Amino acid sequence: MTIIIPELQVYEPPKAATSNKGPTLRSRLLGAIIPVVACLYVGLVILTPALSVIVQAFAKGVEPFLENLSSPDLLSAVKMTLLTAAIAVPANTVFGLAAATAIARKKFRGKALLLSIIDLPFSISPVVVGLMLVLLYSPSHGVFANVINSLGWKIIFSWPGIVMATIIVTFPFMAREVIPLLEEEGWEQEEAAKTLGANDWQVFWKVTLPSVRWAALYGLILTTARALGEFGAVSVVSGNIIGETQTLPLFVEDAYKQYQTELAFGAATVLGGVALVSLLLKLLVENLLEHDKKLHQAKTEG
Amino acid sequence: MPPAWLRPGTRPPFKLPSWPWRITWLYLGLVLFLPLGAITLRAAGVGPAGFWELATTPEAIATYKLSFGLALLASLINGVFGLVIAWALVRSSFPGQRFLDSLIDLPFALPTAVAGLALSAVYSSENGWLGEPLHRLFGIKVAFSAYGVGVAMVFISLPFVVRTVEPVLRSLEKEQEEASWCLGASSAQTFFRVVLPQLMPAMLGGIAQGFSRAVGEYGSVVMISSNIPFVDLITPTLIIQKLEEYDIDGATVIGSVMLLFALFSLLVINLIQVWGQRYQATSSAVG
Repeated sequence: MTIIIPELQVYEPPKAATSNKGPTLRSRLLGAIIPVVACLYVGLVILTPALSVIVQAFAKGVEPFLENLSSPDLLSAVKMTLLTAAIAVPANTVFGLAAATAIARKKFRGKALLLSIIDLPFSISPVVVGLMLVLLYSPSHGVFANVINSLGWKIIFSWPGIVMATIIVTFPFMAREVIPLLEEEGWEQEEAAKTLGANDWQVFWKVTLPSVRWAALYGLILTTARALGEFGAVSVVSGNIIGETQTLPLFVEDAYKQYQTELAFGAATVLGGVALVSLLLKLLVENLLEHDKKLHQAKTEG
Repeated sequence: MPPAWLRPGTRPPFKLPSWPWRITWLYLGLVLFLPLGAITLRAAGVGPAGFWELATTPEAIATYKLSFGLALLASLINGVFGLVIAWALVRSSFPGQRFLDSLIDLPFALPTAVAGLALSAVYSSENGWLGEPLHRLFGIKVAFSAYGVGVAMVFISLPFVVRTVEPVLRSLEKEQEEASWCLGASSAQTFFRVVLPQLMPAMLGGIAQGFSRAVGEYGSVVMISSNIPFVDLITPTLIIQKLEEYDIDGATVIGSVMLLFALFSLLVINLIQVWGQRYQATSSAVG
């Protein structure tokens, strides 16, 4: 059955309030100006720089662009970046889901504080994150210097440091996306599963996770995008050894500093492309999330 | 008679926290508390007098002025334009609105090194699309100067106010504005007395978030700045320079100052949120 909703009548204020034509004309003009100003500002601040990267990368055509991309240093930077993300993203996914299931449905003293603590990496400067890792693991002046030297490990100026820096900077995303959803959904389904004899693991895997899948996917996209692009924290701990500990964002800066402008823009286009893909995926998942919410509402109301 | 918890049999058996809790605390400990402990330990080792001295060297103070001043300016500019953009997204419809909407998120999604590269290319005073005309017409050198630092901060803090104001603006009831018109208020009066007060918590929250982000930003700023002390050197870059000179104490102290600022701004942002929720609650209770 279809429900026909009568079209809403737009309420017009009585003539007395707007008797003189001045304000209406002015507000109409204002209504036209606001989108124009918004577009101009965003075009100037965001679109122009973004376009310039693409134009510069392809300034000499497609072939030199592809040639730049096959430079061995760039390829090794890509490898390093992918390795970092391959460790940091799964680790943060496990943490994010665990933290969300632990925190979301409980009421306890200090819950707001704990949530703020999880948010902390968003407000700490990435450089300070890198500095903290140096103070902890540097072989010459770190807190754990003795332990690390006796074990013969290398953390700072090596990949473990890069991975740790990336993990710290990206770990809040997942928990932040999943917690509000779990808070909204409530306990009933899990309790039902438990009374039916499911163990904790089964409850998580078959009930909790499916109910937050789109939020988790959303968090995963944000985590991955940031992990691939992190610069500040990584640059402090990486030592920027070309072909070894250089990630793709560090490669962009280094190539630019060395006046290898085309190489820099080529690598930047790759990273920019990843950012665009992540934006598109985000839009898609946002739509799915909305769809699920509406479905959920319809279920609870019907 | 001993208190209840000491009597045998009445004391609840000690229960290990559940697995999610164990993972959460272990992870937070390793990834957050341990590094925070390291910087606190090192900063404490410097001593209060030494801390104050290292935190207030003329070089450091010059970077605070630049970092905090320009970040404040950038976030205020974006406060005004963020409101305009949010208004355009919510209250009007025009071709390309959806495109504008997704462009807003680009500074969040774009790696900061790419943003820095893009900005220093566009604002280069030799051949930049915007930098060359600015240099030729007004004699302003944007890239590799403090102007460039400001431009980078405007870029990275743009989305915050738009994204905080947008949902509040969407939830405003049009009836209030109509009531205000009916009672004879002009559109300016309606805007400043009815609409703006309700948007204020969201706007301030967005400005505070953008400010905090701009103060801590490194990647995009370092590429567009020439990083000369007292000219266009920002605080995060100073920390890196200190580290490179093996001045670990200096880096630690300035890092601690930034860390304290981060904690403070987190507190302020949370307070603004609480204030905003109270505002929402009372206004919906009255309405």
